[in-house]
Amino acid sequence: MIPLLQVKGVAKNYGAMIGCANVSFDLHPGEVMGIVGESGSGKSTLLNCLAGDLTPDRGEVIFNTRVDGPLDTVTMSEPERRMLSRTDWAFVHQHARDGLRMSVSAGGNIGERLMAVGDRHYATIREQASDWLGRVEISESRIDDRPSAFSGGMQQRLQIARNLVTGPRLVFMDEPTGGLDVSVQARLLDMLRGLVREMGLSAIIVTHDLAVVRLLADRLMVMKNGHVVETGLTDQVLDDPQHGYTQLLVSSVLQV
Amino acid sequence: MSDYNFAYLDEQTKRMIRRAILKALAVPGYQVPFASREMPMPYGWGTGGVQVSAATLTPDDTLKVIDQGADDTTNAVSIRKFFEKTAGIATTEETKKASIIQTRHRIPEAELTEDQILVYQVPIPEPLRFLEPRETETRKMHALQEYGLMHVKLYEDISQHGAIATAYAYPVKVEGRYVMDPSPIPKFDNPKMEMPAIQLFGAGREQRIYAVPPYTQVVSLDFEDYPFQASKADHPCGLCGAEDSYLDEVILDDAGNRMFVCSDTDYCRSRREAGQVGQLGEEAA
Repeated sequence: MIPLLQVKGVAKNYGAMIGCANVSFDLHPGEVMGIVGESGSGKSTLLNCLAGDLTPDRGEVIFNTRVDGPLDTVTMSEPERRMLSRTDWAFVHQHARDGLRMSVSAGGNIGERLMAVGDRHYATIREQASDWLGRVEISESRIDDRPSAFSGGMQQRLQIARNLVTGPRLVFMDEPTGGLDVSVQARLLDMLRGLVREMGLSAIIVTHDLAVVRLLADRLMVMKNGHVVETGLTDQVLDDPQHGYTQLLVSSVLQV
Repeated sequence: MSDYNFAYLDEQTKRMIRRAILKALAVPGYQVPFASREMPMPYGWGTGGVQVSAATLTPDDTLKVIDQGADDTTNAVSIRKFFEKTAGIATTEETKKASIIQTRHRIPEAELTEDQILVYQVPIPEPLRFLEPRETETRKMHALQEYGLMHVKLYEDISQHGAIATAYAYPVKVEGRYVMDPSPIPKFDNPKMEMPAIQLFGAGREQRIYAVPPYTQVVSLDFEDYPFQASKADHPCGLCGAEDSYLDEVILDDAGNRMFVCSDTDYCRSRREAGQVGQLGEEAA
C-alpha cells in the first residue's frame, strides 16, 4: 500500500536556530499520528512545513494525490498546493479565530470551501452546511449566526466542520483542544474520534496534551529541540517510555 | 489660453497614465497600479477619474461629466469647469455629443457608441477587499483565479435577506478571467457594460487603473438557483414617464409623498423635450 504521506528528512532552520531537523515518517490512509513535545520543540514548525504554510529548507513531503499519485508538495507549483489545501487537506488551528471568518455566518463559513471548488447552487450549499452543523453538534438554527456569537467550543467545532465539508483525506490539527475547558475538550475529542473513524481520515495532531493523543492517535512521535527523540505505537510510548525526555513528559502528567 | 499645461497634468505624467491604460485594456479587468498624483480636489471626489480623463483628452474632445446620473450636481459641475479651465475643451450635457464621459455611479441610459470613452471614478477597486483585507492575498487570489470568496458574500446576502441584496458595486467577471468591481454603479447598469464604447476605471487614492475594452464579455456573478437580476424601482419616471430608466426616489414633503425621477438628467430632459410627460411633470417649454 502506498502511504498517504511520506516525509523524508524535513528540516527547517530559523537562522542559526533549529526549527526541526531531519524528520522522516510515513502516514498510511486512515492512520492518526500524534506529535507531542514541549513548547518550542518544533512541533508547529514541522506541521506548517507539512501543510505547505512554511517552506522546509531540506527534505521532501510526498503526498499521494487522487489523480496524479505521489507528488512532492514542496516542489509543486503554488496553485496546485493551494488547490490541495482546500480539497484534500484540512488545517484545524489552535485558535478557531485563525481558521474562521468571524464576520461571515456559520453557514457561509462552511460553504466557503464548497464555493471555492466551484459549487454555485445556493440550496445545495445550504443543505450541506446544515448537515455539517448537525454532525458537529451545533443546532441548525444557528446557521445564520456569526461565529463571534458562538462559545469557544462551538467555534472550534465549526472550524472542524468548515474544514471537513469537502471530504479531505488528510487533516492537520494544531492543538485542537487548546484553551478549552476539560468537559468541552472531552466532547470535542469524542466527536473528532467519531469523525475520524467514520470518514476514514488520516490526521496529524500536534499537541502537548498526552490525553488527547492517548484517545485519538495510533502512533506517536516525541519531539525535543527540533529532533524526534522517540516514535512508536501510542500505548507503547506512553506506557513504556524509553527516552529520558519521554519519561519526564509522561511522569509530568498530573493524576487526579 | 490658460497658464496650465493642457489638461492640468504634465506630459510625462499623462504618458505614464496612458501606459497604464493601455496595459489595462490589454488585460481586461486586471488592476494596473499607477503613480497617482495629487489632484486639486479631495480623495473621493474623482481624483482617479480626473487623471484618466486628463490623459485621454485631446483638444478636439467634448467632455460630459455626470455624478449619480446628473449633470448639475457639485461634483459634475466642478470637474466640468476644471477641464474647461485647464484644457479649454468643449463640454456638453448631452450624452450623444460627448466623446469622453466621466461618470460617478452611473452608466448613461442612451446607448454609447464606438467613438466614445466612458471614464469611471472608483473609490475601492478591489472587489475582494471587504472579505480579505490583505493586499498580498487578494493579488494572489486574482492571479490564481480563486474567486470562491466572492460567492461567500452573495451567500451571506441570500441567507440574511432571502435574495442577493447587493444593489450596487455588484461584482462581475470580465472575459471569463478577472473578477472586477464595476465601481458603485447600480446593478441595473451591469448588463450595459457589454458595450461598443471603451470603459476606463480610475481609482486615485488606491492608485489603480483598470479597463473593459469594447464588446468584452461582462458577467455578473450569481448562483444557479438565485440568478442575477438587474433591479430598479418599480415605477415610471414622474417627470418624463420613462419605464426603462433607473430612478431616484425624491421625498416631496414630510407627509410621506415622494416621486421617482430618472437619475439620468440628460435622458429625462431629452424625453420631455420630445413631448413625453410623466404624472407629476409639466410640458417642456
